[in-house]
Amino acid sequence: MPSPFGIVSASVIAFLAISVLSCLLARKQAFLIYFSSTLSAIASLFALWGGFTSVLAGAAETSMLPIGLPDLPFYLRLDPVSGFFITVTGLMGFFVSVYSAGYLRGFLGQRSVTSLLVFYNIFMAGMLLVLLSDDAYFFMISWELMAAASFFLVCFEDEKRQNRKAAFIYLLIAHVGAVLILLSFGLMAGFAAGFENFQGYSFSAMRVAEITPVWASIAFFLAFFGFAAKAGVTPLHVWLPEAHPVAPSNVSALMSGVMLKTAIYGIIRVGFDILEISEWWWGGLVLSFGLVTAVVGILFALMQTDLKRMLAYSSVENVGIILIPLGLAMIFTSFGLTTLAALAMAATLYHILNHAVFKGLLFMGAGAVLHATHERNMEHLGGLIHKMKWTAPLFLVGCIAISGMPPFNGFVSEWLIFQSFLLTPALPSHLLNLLIPLGAALLALSVALSARGFVKVYGITFLGHWRGHHNTVVHDVGWPMRAGMIMAAFCCLLLGVLPNLVIGWVDVIPEMLVGGKIGATAQASGWMWLTPVAKERASYSAPLVFSGIVLVVGIAYLAFRARAVSARRAPLWDCGFEKVTNRMQYTSMSFSMPIRRIFGFVFSIKETVRVTGRRNAAFFPERFVYHIRIRDHIWNFGYKPIAEASFWLSRKVGRLQHGRIQIYLLYSFLTLILLLVFA
Amino acid sequence: MTRHYYPVLIESLQVVIVLLGAPLFVGWVRMLKCWTQGRSSAGLFQPMRDLLKLHVKDTVLAENASWIFRATPYIIFSATLLAGAIIPVISVDLPLSATADIIALVALFAIARFFMALAGLDIGTAFGGMGSSREMMVASLAEPAVLMSVFTVSLVSHSTSLSQMAHELSISPFILRPSLSFALLSFILIAIAETGRIPVDNPATHLELTMIHEAMVLEYSGRHLLLIEWGGMMKLFLFASLGIALFVPWGIAGIDNPAMLPVAVIALVVKLALVGVLIVYVETGLAKMRIFNVPEFLGTAFLLATLGMLSYFMLE
Repeated sequence: MPSPFGIVSASVIAFLAISVLSCLLARKQAFLIYFSSTLSAIASLFALWGGFTSVLAGAAETSMLPIGLPDLPFYLRLDPVSGFFITVTGLMGFFVSVYSAGYLRGFLGQRSVTSLLVFYNIFMAGMLLVLLSDDAYFFMISWELMAAASFFLVCFEDEKRQNRKAAFIYLLIAHVGAVLILLSFGLMAGFAAGFENFQGYSFSAMRVAEITPVWASIAFFLAFFGFAAKAGVTPLHVWLPEAHPVAPSNVSALMSGVMLKTAIYGIIRVGFDILEISEWWWGGLVLSFGLVTAVVGILFALMQTDLKRMLAYSSVENVGIILIPLGLAMIFTSFGLTTLAALAMAATLYHILNHAVFKGLLFMGAGAVLHATHERNMEHLGGLIHKMKWTAPLFLVGCIAISGMPPFNGFVSEWLIFQSFLLTPALPSHLLNLLIPLGAALLALSVALSARGFVKVYGITFLGHWRGHHNTVVHDVGWPMRAGMIMAAFCCLLLGVLPNLVIGWVDVIPEMLVGGKIGATAQASGWMWLTPVAKERASYSAPLVFSGIVLVVGIAYLAFRARAVSARRAPLWDCGFEKVTNRMQYTSMSFSMPIRRIFGFVFSIKETVRVTGRRNAAFFPERFVYHIRIRDHIWNFGYKPIAEASFWLSRKVGRLQHGRIQIYLLYSFLTLILLLVFA
Repeated sequence: MTRHYYPVLIESLQVVIVLLGAPLFVGWVRMLKCWTQGRSSAGLFQPMRDLLKLHVKDTVLAENASWIFRATPYIIFSATLLAGAIIPVISVDLPLSATADIIALVALFAIARFFMALAGLDIGTAFGGMGSSREMMVASLAEPAVLMSVFTVSLVSHSTSLSQMAHELSISPFILRPSLSFALLSFILIAIAETGRIPVDNPATHLELTMIHEAMVLEYSGRHLLLIEWGGMMKLFLFASLGIALFVPWGIAGIDNPAMLPVAVIALVVKLALVGVLIVYVETGLAKMRIFNVPEFLGTAFLLATLGMLSYFMLE
């Protein structure tokens, strides 16, 4: 039996090897797609296996690679925390790789997919290496590997201006984040071994470092904001809705499902493992950022008409939802409430796993729609349920799961988060006592709004009549794509029906990080009952609820099914209105109008209506032109001034540049004089 | 009758009460409304007769209705019935109550609404879309409010399991708690919105500008409509009995106390009759409000519920 570490390392090497092989096979595109996707799927399975067994084993394995700079070897470590995230990566990598075998065929004859496959595998390897690395140096290298590979994936279709812009914004924000992370590591390394030498760069040295509370807080928040830039926490989320829609859908599924989670991993690693939570306000701040992110994310998601952009904003929301229990876990840890902290931590991990699965499913579904119709704009879609017999129900599973409804998985993690809120005792800080009820309220709001958002997405895209201009022939997608989605959908159901298995499996992580565990109490009443603390406090039996739903729907169907003889098809009634056309349907914009009106202050909305007619347009209109543009206030007030200031500064600095050698020589001479004067 | 069968008996009795009590309760509300408006009423059993009529009628499906449209009635009916199986109506000895707590209860109602809204969009009419959009607007504000309101009760009773909550509150002495008062006030406002009553929605209207729920079910007929109507009636009944179980549980049968059952049934009937009076009082006295005043109404409810929870953390 190979060790988990060995299996994961084999998987990393396999991914790198596949990417090299993909370069060599560039001539035979059709074969390359099958070859590379199959191998990636197998390599992902290895990662899944290694990660899963590592959490099961519950022990840490370390290793040292004597490469890199002299005296600075790479440290590697596989403990249950990285094991959990590797499992998520492997699971999604497997689904998405199977899916890619079908999805990438859409590019055949249009453009070469070689670069996509090369960077796809480097991206997977990069993510695994981030999770494996145990020193700041190797971590940053892997982090940059992941960022660079995903940059090339985002600008895969680089002939479009929009894609290049999105990739640029992504790279920019990723690097601002990377600098902050680097600074944080620098601080911690400095406290570990002094600022004069480099020996403090390994995480094991940082763990034992004595850091003063003020510097620990600074280090934590540098790391938090650095990772937040990658995770898409408001106000650093602006790259997400730009990059995800333009990336190929299999890549969006991985970026949203897995890459955002590596940032959460970073927060957990630095906050819980290296620094160890000491101050309650760390958790309070993380919780507040989570709440703002969740609500802002879903409100913007509701306004989108682009299917993938909507999903991207929903990822922002879900990152917020992940940060909420994480913040709670930090608060509980700082007050020594280990059991509650373990509950909140389990909820965090559960939601990380769930979001990976259902968001992966939804992005794959969006990719299937894109593949079949070449259209991302919901306003030009509709009625796909009649044409895409497989994709439609699978996408529906994703929608129900993400809206937090039983029997699917989203409900279980949201249930656990609500339980963490409800079990909170009165805390010694008044600010927290205020924040916790408010937090529960905002979480409830964002969950309810997300149900609304996904009714819109599903209703406008798959239901009603086709809204497109011309009659495109739409076929459902092929088997590899279906298989990827079916497995993800099945996973949604499984995670929703058997939560105890997952809770028992991840239990070792809260034990390691916060010193408490809930596995035993959660399963105290048997495998069917999820009882976080005690049966009297709260219990949920997912298998019974699932079988109850199936049973009652079955009975209701048998008892009241419309008799086949009498059920007949007729034209739409619609209150007696005649000639209902496709253009009279509700559109995505009209569906979200009430929310736009209620929460209008959150958005920057520019709405214009132009009525034209030959004469007296106001009374005899011939044509209405309605235009609406919705943007982030954050973009206008936060990013635009910075961008303008940096351009202004560049122009000023640019005056120094004349292109004449004499002037440059003069600069060098003056610098030399200055140095001599001051030295 | 051994003790082993007692919970099963309670559960079956409860399901029967929910199934049959719902149309009767709606009949009672309509009867009272007729009386207050000086009309003669069709009697307590008219809703039941309506359901029976729908049962024998043919079902007409729109040409482009998909499987979502056909599955929705069954899902709505089942989700509502399941919700009915976990709210303690006559006894806290409800075995299924432990399978799903209040959070799951809210989620069960959410499933029903999710599919209802999808069915509204499925046929592709303007009315259907309008109904869905409005329904989801109301729901997205009402659902957090209902969660906050029941959370306050669950904080007071230290449980989220419904029968445990009802039990805890029925044996505790009556104290006027600020948190519970806020929660009750908010619950009443939301229950009106969730069950589609005046002033948020009018269950009797087919006027295009004011429809919410009715706009989504326009294309349904026959047995499909039967299930949706019955589900709607059960929802009203369940919100009434949820309010009773959470805020005035006194009289509900305790653990292992079959002798209490007749009293519990009588108590339930009396309380529901009073709730009916309250509904009719509100509906006769108020006009339906403009659709864009609804957010303010629900915002108030949400704020009240949050205040209730805050006051629990701050004061109790």
